[in-house]
Order: sequence, then structure tokens, then C-alpha cells
Amino acid sequence: MAVCVAVIAKENYPLYIRSSPTENELKFHYMVHTSLDVVDEKISAMGKALVDQRELYLGLLYPTEDHKVYGYVTNSKVKFVMVVDSSNTALRDNEIRS
Amino acid sequence: MSPTQWDFPVELCCRPMAFVTLTGLDVVYNAVHRAVWDAFCANRRADRVPISFKVLPGDHEYPKCRPKVMACLNHFHGLLLPVLVKGEDVTASERAAALCNACELSGKSLFVLPHTDHLVGYIIRLENAFYEHAQTYYYTEIRRVKSHKEFLNKTTHQLLFVRHQFKIAFFSELKQDTQNALKNYRTAYNLVHELRAHETNILEIKTMAGFINYKICRLCFQHNTPLDAIAQFRKHIDLCKKKIGSAELSFEHAAWMSKQFQAFGDLFDEAIKLGLTAIQTQNPGFYYQQAAYYAQERKQLAKTLCNHEASVMYPNPDPLETQTGVLDFYGQRSWRQGILSFDLSDPEKEKVGILAIQLKERSVVHSEIIITLLSNAVAQFKKYKCPRMKSHLMVQMGEEYFYAKDYTKALKLLDYVMCDYRSEGWWTLLTSILTTALKCSYLMAQLKDYITYSLELLGRASTLKDDQKSRIEKNLINVLMNESPDPEPDCDVLAVKTAQKLWSDRISLAGSNVFTIGVQDFVPFVQCKAKFHAPSFHVDVPVRFDIYLKADCPHPIRFSKLCVSFNNQEYNQFCVIEEATKASEVLENLTQGKMCLVPGKTRKFLFKFVAKTEDVGKKIEITSVDLVLGHETGRCVVLNWQGGGGDAASSQEALQASRSFQRRPKLPDNELHWDSIVIQASTMIISRVPNISVRLRHDPPALTNEMYCLVVTVESHEKTQIRDVKLTAGLKPGQDANLTQKTHVSLHGTELCDESYPALLTDIPVGDLNPGEQLEKMLYVRCGTVGSRMFLVYVSYLINTTIEDKEIVCKCHKDETVTIETVFPFDVAVKFVSTKFEHLERVYADIPFLLMTDLLSASPWALTIVSSELQLAPSMTAVDQLESQVDKVVLQTGESASECFCLRCPSAGNVEGGVATGHYIISWKRTSAMGNVPVISTVITLPHVIVENIPLHVNADLPSFGRVRESLPVKYHLQNKTNLVQDVEISVEPSDAFMFSGLKQIRLRILPGTEQEMLYNFYPLMAGYQQLPSLHVNLLRFPHFTNQLLRRFIPTSIFVKPQGRLVDDTSIAAA
Repeated sequence: MAVCVAVIAKENYPLYIRSSPTENELKFHYMVHTSLDVVDEKISAMGKALVDQRELYLGLLYPTEDHKVYGYVTNSKVKFVMVVDSSNTALRDNEIRS
Repeated sequence: MSPTQWDFPVELCCRPMAFVTLTGLDVVYNAVHRAVWDAFCANRRADRVPISFKVLPGDHEYPKCRPKVMACLNHFHGLLLPVLVKGEDVTASERAAALCNACELSGKSLFVLPHTDHLVGYIIRLENAFYEHAQTYYYTEIRRVKSHKEFLNKTTHQLLFVRHQFKIAFFSELKQDTQNALKNYRTAYNLVHELRAHETNILEIKTMAGFINYKICRLCFQHNTPLDAIAQFRKHIDLCKKKIGSAELSFEHAAWMSKQFQAFGDLFDEAIKLGLTAIQTQNPGFYYQQAAYYAQERKQLAKTLCNHEASVMYPNPDPLETQTGVLDFYGQRSWRQGILSFDLSDPEKEKVGILAIQLKERSVVHSEIIITLLSNAVAQFKKYKCPRMKSHLMVQMGEEYFYAKDYTKALKLLDYVMCDYRSEGWWTLLTSILTTALKCSYLMAQLKDYITYSLELLGRASTLKDDQKSRIEKNLINVLMNESPDPEPDCDVLAVKTAQKLWSDRISLAGSNVFTIGVQDFVPFVQCKAKFHAPSFHVDVPVRFDIYLKADCPHPIRFSKLCVSFNNQEYNQFCVIEEATKASEVLENLTQGKMCLVPGKTRKFLFKFVAKTEDVGKKIEITSVDLVLGHETGRCVVLNWQGGGGDAASSQEALQASRSFQRRPKLPDNELHWDSIVIQASTMIISRVPNISVRLRHDPPALTNEMYCLVVTVESHEKTQIRDVKLTAGLKPGQDANLTQKTHVSLHGTELCDESYPALLTDIPVGDLNPGEQLEKMLYVRCGTVGSRMFLVYVSYLINTTIEDKEIVCKCHKDETVTIETVFPFDVAVKFVSTKFEHLERVYADIPFLLMTDLLSASPWALTIVSSELQLAPSMTAVDQLESQVDKVVLQTGESASECFCLRCPSAGNVEGGVATGHYIISWKRTSAMGNVPVISTVITLPHVIVENIPLHVNADLPSFGRVRESLPVKYHLQNKTNLVQDVEISVEPSDAFMFSGLKQIRLRILPGTEQEMLYNFYPLMAGYQQLPSLHVNLLRFPHFTNQLLRRFIPTSIFVKPQGRLVDDTSIAAA
């Protein structure tokens, strides 16, 4: 399962962030924070599309050596970010979505 | 082993090219030789064949192929191609043949290079020949290696398989056949991984795999297939990641991994420079970042594995030393080169070797490597729009500098990124950065930084535990008391020692110990909000405001001074709370013991001051609030809030609070919820409330152009005398500009005002007023156009008043506005009628007509028409005396006065648009107006009239009435108005009511300008209003002259009285 989940406000400050191995919390905070670069970029690229055609699921944001980061953005620009251990092959990219 | 042990050999990293040696050229002293050499080497364009040239002296000793490793990287071949440099065109074929013989070369191999102007052209030809030769040579080499490979056996020659495959690939590359090279490298790569790996050879295998992988990736980028390169690299990493090898030397694996990522990053970056486009999620930065990560891991491993006692000596003899100074094969251990066996023949030797490597590793400056890699990554992420990734890496760099004890650089980096995390509200990350920064500033004894970081770490943005905060607060208090703080945890022992020395030096150091810290850029542990009690204050009441303070630190904290600055600095002195001052009237609710902030409790300080009268109408703003912690005798910190408080986190908190649906917990009555306090940092000073009344009396509406009277009554209700009462009155500014042109105001009603009078009279002095007294002022307004206007009456005065035992002179004012409608006093209608009072659309030349004027009063007030006058245009003449018929007429609303003038218009030819008639001037005034009020003249321009010439004019002479059976003589005058002789047919049609005598039908001629008379005797038969026998005139020259026209001039009917009996006065009177 996910090792870290976060809810980020429209202004990009964290509303909720929780990681399961608590000893290395800071690392996950940084990971979620840096993933916002990609989220921002995807949102701005999407900005032109019509609201109803907008795809809210952002997919795999970026892979690191050990983790995969997925994102989802609501219409009010609240973001959900999930970090998954990349050794966990049971989870496939398209399954994250559902 | 050099520190660059992990670097790839240079031969591997360059692009292989055919190698050609030129010999016998003296490029230093011989100009011709130099020119030849330059033609080969200088400014080689991309379209020339890829050859690497080198000059060797003729007696150069060609080395035997340096047997370096599996790959023959340093290829060299003995094939030479002698070339003659010929100065002149003398060609001696014999000499050439002799030369070939001497060199045992075929004639084909001899090139003649004439030294002429076309040297470069010849050189290119020669170069192509070289290239061709090289191609052939490399081809045969490949064939040779391939044939060797045939004899190899998988079980015994496993290593050689890789070696041969690599050789083929490399020769292909030299041959510029990169597709085949790539194919062979790939095969070689797979072969490497087929080798049996063991602890003894794993480093060698990884080294080789790294080399080949590098080649493959490089060629993939060269072929513009970056995805292949990335896929190969991922495969490579996945295969090798777990091949750590000896646990004691695991730092070597980390170093190797780091190098792999770095090299790939370099390749990627190079490809981008050559035109490849990278994206945000796939750019070299990630590889540098990962390289840095492994470099960090290497450091960690080295730290645990190489922590030998200082007494452990480096082994002697050095097991890492080899006879030649270099290794025969890359990736092998120097103490057992060329040994293929997996068994450790000499465990003791092995131990010594490992120890030597570990001790060597200790001298590696890991931080430097890490920082270089991180800064590479930073540069990349900056390029690919990853600001947060960049910040994260900079934090890591800062931390690495901290470990490397370069605290200045560490602080610089951390300070730089801190604001990014702060502005986005990632408090956990900010706290972590601040903690490192605090350590740095402690270790350097940087007072101001130390205080700033402490302030923020104690603040609400910090996620530190309370015990940590307590410790920091205690240190901060120590620092403010001019003492040294306790060292920060987890710092290098030696560095702490240095720092303690620095801190104690600081104490003895005199100098500036006051630190002003602007809080708008960070989140300190004291929050401040300023709030004026009202958005505006009258100048005669004191201005009051509150400063709210709240501390977030774990323990109560004292402050020594609180002061407020304003945009008008004169007020600053009134708004200071200092420890030394006694509870003065400025601080109503404060006693000395209360200059202490209790954590979590909101403290309120009330300030008040008297605004200056000059500031009426101005805004008073709090420009800053300063809170002083500590004492000027020791060290003190001035926390400076710009404006009415608030820091870097306030706006975000306000936003969060506004979105939150959470209910605030109920607090005791005397306490306030911090979030509910809204900053109000400015207030307006407004003038004292006036205590006078201003009344206006007038009779609307105003009539156009009259001197409209407006009576202003000012009455004072003040308790004392008011001075310098001034009146400003007139058209209110800011309305339509045309109104200003057409409105004039005067104080004098006896004379009409003209254009020179202003629309607004300003500051008319009207003197002083005692309490209860009132004064009246008349204003006259002349409005030149109709419509509504706003008029302003503004009364200002001075009054002395006292507030807070201070006497001030207040300026008060009161204004009244009134909207006045202006209307036309009357409507004038003008019409032209014939002498028969029939409406005329046009008049006939020389024939009298009537001008009728009709004056309808539209004023609600009675008007007196003083007189009227008709000013005729030159083209008109009056038939009789023109005198006013309406003098002194009084018109009530809706009444009208008419006049009638008989005029004649001489023939004027055919004037387009008619003939001007003239002006009608009415002089009038309100009936109610006094005698000295001037009379207003209203000029009406009369309409133009169309004048038409007629050929014949007929008028009739007949009595005003007839009587039954009494003769009624009628004379018709027919006037010829033309210059022609006119034939006229005249007939009279009989009527039932008359008998008549005279010519019934006649045809006659009238000479120009003359008149013909026709005499008839009508004999009425019936009484009443009877139709006369009608006269018909037919002009032969003017067929358009109709009888209709004729009817306009002559009567058609007459009143016939019945036949009287005997004339009797009484009967007439009775009738």
C-alpha cells in the first residue's frame, strides 16, 4: 500500500500529510513537496482545456529509484499526492487510478 | 589508486576516429611544413572526414601495443603512407620510383603534394586517401579479431569473449560504423553479465559493465534514440544495483553507482547541448541527484567502515602498489592481478589490501563530490522548471556544507531557500532547515542570525517539540542577557569548542548590540496586531488604538519597550511603553509588572493621542510597531512589524481561517480570540462636527436669465463665539462644464451679471457669530440655460475647544446643497396671417400682412411685461406705427398676451429660405420683484418668411354690411404687378342672394404697374350672412393664377341686414 499520502491546498501548503514509516517522515515531506513542481506544470498545461473535459487524475508524477509518486487534483485545485514503494509491483499504474 | 579511480579512462570517453601520423614534418622551423600541417588540422569543418592527426619525428620509436586490458584502446598500426612535399613542379618519376623501391611500397601508395595555392584542395584529397586506407585497415582488423573469436570456447575463454566483442565494436567505431559498433557493444554487455560473478571479480565485472554501458548509452544518444539510452541505463542499474560485493568495501559499490549516474547525466546533458530536448520529468538533473544520493551513501558507508583507530597504520609494503604503477586490467585488485581463481589464495594479503583501500577512502573529500553533483543537479532543475526540486537540492547542499564545516556557505544556501518553504507553508520542512541553520549560526557565533532563527523556531510555524523550544528559549534569553548559549545538539565536538570561544569573545566585545529584525519576512514567536478603534476620528476627540500581542513560546517572556511609529512622526512620542515609565495616562491599563507576555494569552495595550488640527482630512497610518526584547545595556532585539503587524504566515492563516468552518471556542469575556482581531492600521482625522444651521430660502423654479434670489441664513448653536465665518456658494463643482459657462453668481441683485461673473463665489467673509446669533446673506444666481443645477452653500468657521486639557482651534464646516430647476418664463408663438386673418404659409410681395405674437406665461409666478418691441429686419416695412400693445400687462400662470403688427414686404426676388423678419424683444420681471430688481430683456428671433411675387392683385372696396333691397356698391381694384401688359378675362357668377348690375363678363388689358377699377352694384335679396356673387379672373399669361389665390384677397361673403321698418332709436337699442 501507499507509504505516504498528502492533501495539499490550492496555495500549495499541506493540509494533511501522513507517512507510514514514521522514522523518515522528512524525506516524504520533501518528496511530496518536490512533486508539486510536476503538478503545477500539469495543471498549467491543462488550464486551457475546458473544465468538464479536464482530467483530474494526473497519473504518475515522477519515479525515483525507490518510490513512485501519483497525483490527483480536484476542480478547486486541492491536490492529493500518494507515494508508493516502487518495489511493490503488485500495484500497477492503471490500478492506482481506481 | 588515485582519487579518480572511478572516472572512466579518457580513451573511452572520446569519439574514436581514425588515427594518422605524419612524420618528417618540421612544423616549427619549416614554413612550408607548417602550412601543410595547418591545412590538415586547423579549422577542420564538419564535412571533412573524421581523422585524428599527429606529427611524430622521423626517428620516433613506435611502441609495442600497450597491453592495457581487454580492450586495445590505444590502437596503433604500422602502415605508413609516405608523401612527398614538392616545392617546385619538377617531377622526377625516376626519383619517385627509387623512393618506392627504397620504402618497399607500391607506386600507388605514393602521393605527390605540390605546394601551390591550392594546397587545401590537395590536402583534402590526400586526407580522403588516408581515410580510405584507414577504413580498410580497421576492416581487416575486425576480420582478424573475428577469426580469433572462432577459436574461442565458451567454457574456458569466457573472459576473452567479452574482450573480443569489445574489440570488434571499438574497431567498428573507429571505422565510423556506429550501428555495428552498438550491436557489438550490446552483445559484449550481455556477455559480461553471463560471467560468473564472485566477490573476487565482481568489481572487475562491474567496471567492465560500466564501460560498455557507457559506450552503448553514448552511441544511443549519438543515434538520437535517447529512450534507448535511458532504457539501457535502467537495465544496467537494475542488474548491478544488488551486486555490492565485499561488505567491507561496500562504499566502493556506492562510489561506482554514483559514477554510473553521473556519467549518464553527463551524456544526457551533452546530448541536450547538441539539440536533444529534455522534459521536466526526464532530465539530467535526476541522474545527478541520484549520483549525489549514492555519493552520500558512500560517505555514510565510509564513515562506518573506515572508522579505524588512529593507531592503525597504513600497511607496508603498500599492497596497492604495482610494479608498473598502473593496473594491467581495469577493476582488478592490485595484489592479485591476473588471478582468475575465485579462491582467496592468501587471506592475510587480502585483509591487508582491504585495510589499505579503507584507509585510502578516509582521505576522500566526500562532501566536495556530493556538493559538485548536487550543484550540477540544481543547474538542471533550474532549467526544467522544478523550483521545489531545486530548493530541496539546495537544502541538501547546505546540509552537506554544514557537514563539511563550511558554515558560511551552508547558511547562505539555507537562508536562500528558507523563504520558499515559508511562503508555501511547509512548516515541517522549514523547521528542519531552521534547525540546521541555527546550528550553523551557533557554531559561527553569528548573533543576529542566531536570534532570528531562534525567534522563528520558537514561533507557531515551528514544529519542534516543547522541550526543544524550551531549550531554545532559554538560550535566547541567555543571549539577550549577554551570555553564551548552550551548544546545539549533534554538532561536531571540535567545532563546538571553537564556537564556545567565539561566543565568549562576543561577550567582551563592545559595539552594536541592538539588532533590529524585520518580521515581515519570517514567522517570529510574538504576533502583533494594531487596531484603531474607528476608521475615523473627529479632531476634537482623542485617537485611540490597541496593540495586541501574543507570544507562542513555551515560557513567559518579558519585553522592555513597545513603541509605535506613524506616518506623521510627531505622534510617535505619545505611543511608547517603556519599563522605566510609571503607569502614566498613556497606559491606562498597564502597570509595571505587566510587561510580560504569557504564552497563548492575547495582551492588549491601549494607546491614545490627540491629533493635530493640520491633519484634518489626512490619514494617520501606523507605519511600524517595534517590540524590544532584552535591554540596551546587554543585548537587545527590536522586532519590527511593518504597518499594523502581521508576518510571513499571517495572510495564509487568515485565508485558512476564512475557509474553516470550525467554531471558535468560547473564551472568558475579557479575552479575545486572536484570529478575530482584524488589523486596522490607519484612520482618518476628520473635522469637528459643526454646530450651526444653514438654511436656504428661495422661490423655485428659476426663470431663464433672471437674477434668482437665494437667501442663506446661518445660525450658530455653538456654546462659544465662532470666528472667521466664511461662505462659499454657487454652482457645485463637478457638474457639466457647460453649466459653469451659463451660470453666474453675484451678491448684488440690483444689476444684471454678465459673463465675467463666476459660477462659484468662494470664501466670502461674513464675520463672527455669537452663540444663538444668526445672519442672512442674499445671493443672486443667473442661469442662462434651462435645466436643473446643483448649488452648494458651504459655511466654514473657527472655534476654540479643549480636549485632554489642550486648547485647540478647530475648523468646522457645514454644507448644504440644493437643486434648482431653471425654466423659460414664457413661450412665444409667432404667426403670419393675411389681412383676412387667414393663416399664411408665405407672404406676397408688397401686399400687407399681419404678424401676430402670442406670449404664454410658463412661470408659476406672476410676470409683468414691462414692454415689448418689434425690431424689423431691413427687408420689412411697417404699414403703420409699431407700438407695444402689452405694456405693463401682468400675466398669471397660463395666461397669454398677444400683439399684432401689420407689415409689408417689398419684392425681394427669390430668396432661398425666406426673408428675415427681425426680432421681438420682451422686457419683463417677476411681478413680486422689488423696484430695484433689473428688468430682463428676452430677445426672440422671428422666423423667416417666404415672399412670393404675384402677377395681379385684386382688392375690393365694399361696405362692412348690406341691407336687404338696398343697393350695395362694390369696387374691385385690379393691379398689374408685372412689367407686362396683361390680358384679363373677368366674369362674375351670380348668387341667389343678390341681384347685381355691372359687367358680367369682360375681357380687358391692364398696362404694367397700372390699376383697373371694376364697379358693381349688388342688390341683396336675403338677410343673413350671404355669399357674394363671386369674381373670377383669368390671366391669359399666367395660367397658374387661380381663383383660390384670388379668394385670399377679396371677401366672399357679407352680412346682410334685414330691411328695416321705420328707423326708431328705441327699436335699434332693443336690437
